[in-house]
Amino acid sequence: MRVERRLEQPRWLSLAVPLVSIVVAFVFATIVLVATHHPPLHTFRRLFDAAFLSNGALSETVVAATPLAFTGLAAAAAFRMRLFNIGGEGQLYAGAITGATVALLLAGAPSPIVIGAMVIAGAAGGAVLAAIPGILRAFFSTNEIITSLMLNYVVALIIDYLIFDSHSYLRDTKGFQASVFPQGKILPNEASWSSWTIHGLALPLGALLAVLLAVALWGLYAGTRFGFEVKVIGDSARAGRYAGMRTRRKILAVMCLSGAIAGIGGASQDGDFRHQLDPRGLTQANYGYTGIVVAALARYNPFAVVLVAFLLGGLQNAGFTLQGADFPNGLVGVLQGLILFCALGGELFVRYRVRFDRRRTPAPEPVS
Amino acid sequence: MDFEAAPGEVHALLGENGAGKTTLSNILTGLYRPDEGTIVLFGESVEFNSPRDALDAGIAMVHQHFRLVSPFTVAENVVLGDHRDIGRTFLLRTREIERRVEDLSQRYGLAVDPRARIWQLSLGEQQRVEILKALYQDARILILDEPTAVLTPQEANALFETIRAMAEDGRTVIFISHKLHEVKAVADRVTVLRRGRSIATVPASEATPRSLAALMVGREIELGRQNGGRAIGAVCVELAGVWAQGDRGVPAVKDVSLAVGGGEIVAVAGVAGNGQRELAETIAGMRAPIEGRITVAGRNLKGGDPREAIGAGVAYVPEDRLGTGVAPGLSVASNVVLKSYRKPPVSRGPLLLLRKIREVATSLMERYDVRASGPDVPAWQLSGGNLQKLVLAREFSGEPVVLVAASPTRGLDVAGIETVHTYLRSAAERGVGVLLISEDLDEILALADRIVVMYEGAVVGERDATSATVEELGLLMAGGEESV
Repeated sequence: MRVERRLEQPRWLSLAVPLVSIVVAFVFATIVLVATHHPPLHTFRRLFDAAFLSNGALSETVVAATPLAFTGLAAAAAFRMRLFNIGGEGQLYAGAITGATVALLLAGAPSPIVIGAMVIAGAAGGAVLAAIPGILRAFFSTNEIITSLMLNYVVALIIDYLIFDSHSYLRDTKGFQASVFPQGKILPNEASWSSWTIHGLALPLGALLAVLLAVALWGLYAGTRFGFEVKVIGDSARAGRYAGMRTRRKILAVMCLSGAIAGIGGASQDGDFRHQLDPRGLTQANYGYTGIVVAALARYNPFAVVLVAFLLGGLQNAGFTLQGADFPNGLVGVLQGLILFCALGGELFVRYRVRFDRRRTPAPEPVS
Repeated sequence: MDFEAAPGEVHALLGENGAGKTTLSNILTGLYRPDEGTIVLFGESVEFNSPRDALDAGIAMVHQHFRLVSPFTVAENVVLGDHRDIGRTFLLRTREIERRVEDLSQRYGLAVDPRARIWQLSLGEQQRVEILKALYQDARILILDEPTAVLTPQEANALFETIRAMAEDGRTVIFISHKLHEVKAVADRVTVLRRGRSIATVPASEATPRSLAALMVGREIELGRQNGGRAIGAVCVELAGVWAQGDRGVPAVKDVSLAVGGGEIVAVAGVAGNGQRELAETIAGMRAPIEGRITVAGRNLKGGDPREAIGAGVAYVPEDRLGTGVAPGLSVASNVVLKSYRKPPVSRGPLLLLRKIREVATSLMERYDVRASGPDVPAWQLSGGNLQKLVLAREFSGEPVVLVAASPTRGLDVAGIETVHTYLRSAAERGVGVLLISEDLDEILALADRIVVMYEGAVVGERDATSATVEELGLLMAGGEESV
């Protein structure tokens, strides 16, 4: 048996491999469930119901999926240039801080203006934060993985400081609740992002924005000069420079773009769901890190990011709904880990194929 | 493929790229396993499962790209991977190793200081270390893969003497090359490979370069010079007192002044690492000059900006094709428009016209005979020759004023070299000034109108191509005094 690099990667493989990977992941999960004396089919059924079928489940799944779509798109945008922006987490916090600040400042203005300003402020917050590793990478060749990761902790501390350790503009100091436990000011009604209900499915503005961003990102990378430059520089920075591209500016621009997307995700948390700056909720959710998983599973394709975010969102939502005495604790985490493991393992079959040696076994055409 | 060599023989393997020379030597050194057939070593059938087995059987290879650890000393590199007696002890017995290395280097005329560190050595000296390594391991069969590629003619001659000395000792030397006259100079017998088959084995004394070339390519090809006869126009690129820094932070280009006229082919000769690459990069804007002036078609370049150079009409064929000349993971079509994507007809405003790009790519691939299964295959799948044709096609299509070509035929087979030479000549005929940077004196003499020799970053001599001789150029390349 030999493993060879594929010369060509057939198109159907990029669809078949992830699907097979998910099936394999569920097979492994079945083994885990049987080993722990849980009925596998019943458990999967409950999981599926809680994620997609039961009353209001789909809407909850969309709520869980929206931030993952933003952070997934952010990671995918950077990876097109082979930049690893691990800072989606912090950039989302930054967007949440700037978004909430603008919402409070503009209280009383017409709602569309407030919402628009929040989106812009969130994008700017994320972009400015991402610019730090971007500048360091572009002009000082610093490893962006480390710098962007470290900034996550910085912003997590800042957001804690704003609400817990200071009397900042964002902290609620008046209400009864605030005297029990520190919390962010409730945002004005004008800052509540609109949502649409279709056949009982609630679609928040953030979810639609994420889909729009996915389309825009795809167009940007497939059909513009900017996208072309990003692809060339991502493939070989020297070739980019040789072709007269401004490689440093492009690195900075892509980091900012990535940060801006994550930042809008932060603003969407304020406007769509939380309606206040919520440090505990944001820092415990790990949206940024899960977003990297989403992007990896989606193989950095923007449309696939939206789809994968939806599926993982469903899984998380189900895990949240079902947690209790009779539901295997941590199953959702195990399943998520197995899916990632299998999907990354499956990548091997996209790039390589396994061939059986004909001398020993006159094997039929291998299924690869 | 059948192939045999006798003890004490220098046997040359001659063939185009892709003829199977490297694959054959990889099988002999245990890197690949043969699908079929046997290897018989001194009457004994052997099977190699790893390079270690081959080494133990006495087969060693000197690769084209050296396998040396640059911060280590010569002696340390020689003993590296040795697993017998003193190489195997826990403590390095440095003195003992150095003494043995010195013995060997004296016996075979491989002058090199065993205490020197690899990074301090020239490429020629590094090669000697590789050969010492093989001798130290008592190799009875030595395979040398294109050993002269990095040497001056004088260094090459010294190497040939070493090869002869090793053969006289009863060792077998397998000498891989595609340079015909070298093969003739050093080998006892020549085996010509073509498309994975051994075509013929002939005694070197009976072969002529022409007959070998015909065997190699499978048809008659033209050798020799075709330069001259072109009208040389106004100066299209001029360098005045240019200095530029190398990668290590010391000046690599020192006070270079030269001019190329339209339709003229000026060759820059020199052993690799004497500032030619840096010079090419400086003209192409990839490297900023620290002093001096570069003028292209009367326009002063501020330097260090590839886009500015492209705009002024500088086409550049970089030495590093895969990685600089093309983006390897991107499609052939994308690489065709690598420089023109900013302008119509392939883009409108910020948008790329994808269909137009494919059209442009397809027609260019046809015109320059770039063979690929389509414009969408990634560039890394192309062979060396096709890749170079792709780069040349793109550079010519930009309608350049001057073409800087750095080692444009390195690693190409005879047919590929022929094509590249034809393209370079036709560029000159259309009035483009060509600055050809090459280490191959045959190539330079075949193409150039004028030859400039660089040594340690400076221009040390200039010759008219019609009257220059290989010996004279070789001496200049090695830093010999200018003899007028």
